[in-house]
Amino acid sequence: MSALVEVRDVTRVYKRRDVQALRGVSFDVEAGQRFGIVGESGSGKSTLVRLLAALDRPTSGTVSFDGRRIDNLPERKLGFLRSSMQIVFQDPMGSLDPRMRVRDIISEPLGRRSPERVASLLEAVGLPAEAASRYPHQFSGGQRQRISIARALAPNPSVLLADEPVSALDVSVRAQILDLLARLVAEFSLTLVFVSHDLGVVRHVCDRVAVMRRGEIVEIGAVEEVYETPQHEYTRELLAAAPNLRAELARLSGGSAQDA
Amino acid sequence: MTLTVDGLRVGDLVRDVSFSLGAGERVGLIGESGSGKSLTALSIMGLLPDELRATGSVRLDDRELLGASERELSRLRGNGLSMVFQEPMTALNPAMRVGRQVTEPFRVHGRRGRSAEELLAAVGLPGTARAYPHQLSGGQRQRVVLAMALANEPSLLICDEPTTALDVTVQAQILSLIKDSLSENAALLFITHDLAVVASVCERVLVMLDGEIVERGSTRDVLTAPQHEYTKALLAASDLEASR
Repeated sequence: MSALVEVRDVTRVYKRRDVQALRGVSFDVEAGQRFGIVGESGSGKSTLVRLLAALDRPTSGTVSFDGRRIDNLPERKLGFLRSSMQIVFQDPMGSLDPRMRVRDIISEPLGRRSPERVASLLEAVGLPAEAASRYPHQFSGGQRQRISIARALAPNPSVLLADEPVSALDVSVRAQILDLLARLVAEFSLTLVFVSHDLGVVRHVCDRVAVMRRGEIVEIGAVEEVYETPQHEYTRELLAAAPNLRAELARLSGGSAQDA
Repeated sequence: MTLTVDGLRVGDLVRDVSFSLGAGERVGLIGESGSGKSLTALSIMGLLPDELRATGSVRLDDRELLGASERELSRLRGNGLSMVFQEPMTALNPAMRVGRQVTEPFRVHGRRGRSAEELLAAVGLPGTARAYPHQLSGGQRQRVVLAMALANEPSLLICDEPTTALDVTVQAQILSLIKDSLSENAALLFITHDLAVVASVCERVLVMLDGEIVERGSTRDVLTAPQHEYTKALLAASDLEASR
């Protein structure tokens, strides 16, 4: 059985600025996986997201979805991908039309009105039914992200592509949205591709992770292995640099002797 | 140096905030967006937006800062009192070479000081004096801002989410730079929403919620034995590993 998403030797060069955003990236995402992509700014994460969603084309290499190449298809032939793969972006305010009511935002991917579907989607993401008649600005950041998730689920996708979905949110809201995503992925048997700069967040939701640096995947593997026994120098550096609350708390409760 | 904030109020957004900060202390101010952390910092600096007014009292030693004239405050800012903001690109002048910007605190305050090269080298940026901000990375820009803030060896440095816009490896570098380059007698007020960061930088913490300080104490007490419900919730939400 072939993987749901297959990326092979993909490069992407932005000629005008002479930037090699991706330098030969290959990986598979199997159906049902929760696949994390971590990297810092400039690592090529966002370029990769655009290629996976066929919003951009690779300079060389191939991207396939469900056994079909998508990197060379014109937009009119990408309908199958558009409904099967849905994206949740970082900034919900930038991805929700401020002049549309929530019910219209959520039913837009359906191409028709369906109050029942809107109601069940709102319920799935933990928003009250009255939310349907309101506008995005009437919600908090976390609630708006719930609206984006409801919209993403509307066409019954098989893959959810989440690009830094919690980076703009407060910590308490962040945990709620991550738990919501994890629950929905299980409930609707989704495949999740989760892109983030935050190692802790990826560890929380993903079972497999690719670590990117300067357009390349430097390490890929099961989340537990990569976090517990990182093989690549850069992964170790990233893990060491990430603020670790557990370690800090352990140090604080470890007594007064060493930090006096 | 002692900073004493007493009964600070900014409309309904900050209510009855009181705390004090002595020489050499590193204090964290934590809370989520809208909790009033930044308004508290801006009140101390005298940089509140025009439509907001602070009441109560903010004293630096014996000098009252609230209601002080702009002239008086300008003499303090970048001198005894300085601040590092979250977004370095908006804190720097895009049309001025960074070398000229880091030495500006000397010119403004009519002092002689170290050369731009020296100041920049101290934050790990030798040879960049002739660069413009856009030619530097986010982390390098934040180093420039820090060099400016530290130029006159302030007795109080306020950092408002100084690493939130930066990559993790860069964040770690900037944090250790702040810890290492602050002189021993200088006080630090460090605003962040990241508990791990506050634990690594500060020895005392104030927790803000909806404009009020709801818990305060040593970092160890507050983070390992939180008393207020909100602090507990914040800790639980921050500890992603616990619920994995």
